[in-house]
Amino acid sequence: MEKQYKKELLKEMWQKMNLAREFENRVQWLFSMGLVHGTTHLGVGEEATAVGSILALKARDYVFGTHRGHSQAIAKGIDIDHMMAEILAKATGVCKGKGGSMHIADPDIHYFGADGVLGTSAVMCCGTALAIRKKKEEDRISVVFFGDGSSNEGAVFEAFNLASVWNLPVLFVCVNNTYGMSTPIAKVMKDTDIAKRAIPFGMPGESIDGNDVLAVYDTIQKAREYVLKEGPMLVVENTYRISGHSKSDGNLYRTKEEINAWKEKCPIKQFRSYLTSHEIFGEEELDEMVRQAKETLDHAVEFAKSSPEPDVNDIYEDVYA
Amino acid sequence: MSEITYAQAVNDAISEEMRKDETVFMLGEDIGLYCGAFGVSKGMIQEFGEERIMDTPIAEQGYVGAAVGAAMAGLRPVVELMFSDFMCVCFDELVNEAAKLRFMFGGKVKIPLVMRTASGAGTGAAAQHSQSLEACLAHFPGLKVAVPSTPYDAKGLLKTAIRDDNPVMFLEQKTLYRTKGQVPEEDYAIPFGVADVKREGGDCTIVTYGRMVQMSLEAAKRLAQEGIQAEVIDIRTLVPLDIDTIIGSVKKTKHVCIVHEAVCFGGFGGEICGQIADSEAFYYLDAPIRRLGAKSTPIPFNPKLEAETFPTVEKIYQAVRGLL
Repeated sequence: MEKQYKKELLKEMWQKMNLAREFENRVQWLFSMGLVHGTTHLGVGEEATAVGSILALKARDYVFGTHRGHSQAIAKGIDIDHMMAEILAKATGVCKGKGGSMHIADPDIHYFGADGVLGTSAVMCCGTALAIRKKKEEDRISVVFFGDGSSNEGAVFEAFNLASVWNLPVLFVCVNNTYGMSTPIAKVMKDTDIAKRAIPFGMPGESIDGNDVLAVYDTIQKAREYVLKEGPMLVVENTYRISGHSKSDGNLYRTKEEINAWKEKCPIKQFRSYLTSHEIFGEEELDEMVRQAKETLDHAVEFAKSSPEPDVNDIYEDVYA
Repeated sequence: MSEITYAQAVNDAISEEMRKDETVFMLGEDIGLYCGAFGVSKGMIQEFGEERIMDTPIAEQGYVGAAVGAAMAGLRPVVELMFSDFMCVCFDELVNEAAKLRFMFGGKVKIPLVMRTASGAGTGAAAQHSQSLEACLAHFPGLKVAVPSTPYDAKGLLKTAIRDDNPVMFLEQKTLYRTKGQVPEEDYAIPFGVADVKREGGDCTIVTYGRMVQMSLEAAKRLAQEGIQAEVIDIRTLVPLDIDTIIGSVKKTKHVCIVHEAVCFGGFGGEICGQIADSEAFYYLDAPIRRLGAKSTPIPFNPKLEAETFPTVEKIYQAVRGLL
């Protein structure tokens, strides 16, 4: 028998995936208008990995995101107005305009943010897990998202080793979006089955369809239970980045046909078809929720645009505690 | 007061803080039964157990990064990095993460981390186990940097480091571990950013820190025999830097010699020199500012060559004589 999900959960998944998609669309648009300073890494097409994973966690679980982490921040429950204000480098930004797209974080909701240097989040995640154990906190784990590219970083291997030898409550989530910037994984890995990398560290490793939000949710829910009871685990969520790596991406390393084929496998499209075919929501109800997501983003962009710039006199604030 | 070694002073500072504060713990390579490469953690695993004196894999990125994460989650980790040279392996964790997270996250996180490490030459450990890399660390806003020269300073500064809510790079001097000094039995802490005038004098200011403090004091003694009174200032912390004490002294003595063990070229002496030159003390100078530091070479193994690389009592003595 097919698994039944609570309607509220499915609704939240739909809403958050659309919020994440709409967020990226707006950032892209703001970029084209010349309103975004610096760079940003969009994750169009990867929404199911963040939303399916994080909705399977508890609110107080620690989450470390990737540099392509907008959808992770949104799934964790960050305030959209203040996140958009951060993209526009405003004083009302979640990081007071001092971090930008690559460092969006909100420790108040246990989201330790995107990171600009790959790999290190994994070892820091072992540290928060160590704190969970030392404080004897029940029903809490520490989760790190990292990409297929980061999975070749030495720090990630050191994190696998530390988490397993100290048996820490760490869940490693590898979002395999097929390319590290422009480099296909087959060019930088002898064996592209990243889940196997768990084996020598005595951890289970599982590889799943990262575009199927329910498969992601189910896997992470079970993985969380495993981590709480047994110790660290690796889950590889296979997906595809439809958007370019960053604003400088000319898509010279992949074909339109390939991108279009993945657009067909779009996680939001797939989920819509699940929700309608199972008669959980009608097309109109889903459209209405998409419209609401757009409205939320309208408000966020307006909020961000009308927010003040940081005061130059505060430049030294937060360098030291 | 009791007379203890520099290593014991470090041990006492951590042990006393660990007894008072459950969130303080230590991690590093071979710090348990082996007591660390320099014997600093003697007796600690017996008192505090494996959960608070954690032996780590030889994986500096791993355990230094984990310490940063633990600090983010509210603990107060004290990392022992066996040799300061190894910081190059985990520079990302120290420089790109520990130093910047609070700022990047808009002040919403604290990193109360202490990175203790054995620094400096004089042990025949050659080029990869003898460096003094404090200038690199001082270069990164967000980090604090302390280099104690006596057991008293080591204990008092380390207590401040552990209680500080910022990442503190604590560079212990490996040739000083066995030196002894008077240390009070009661609790005390030395604030950061307060230089210590280790010897007063009116003729020349010697600004120094770490292993060179004792050597500067010996040079000052020789100079005194010739009627030259050198003032020896131990800055104790590079970040924050007590520039006011230096400027006040230079205005009094009109001469200044800066001495450190680290390579002179691009060393912290250049920063001190620059700050003096940028200040009103510049107008008081009767001679150019003199800097002494290591030669621009990887540290050689041969003992004669090694000794030649660094400032000596003789070189400090001659440098001050040359200024007057």
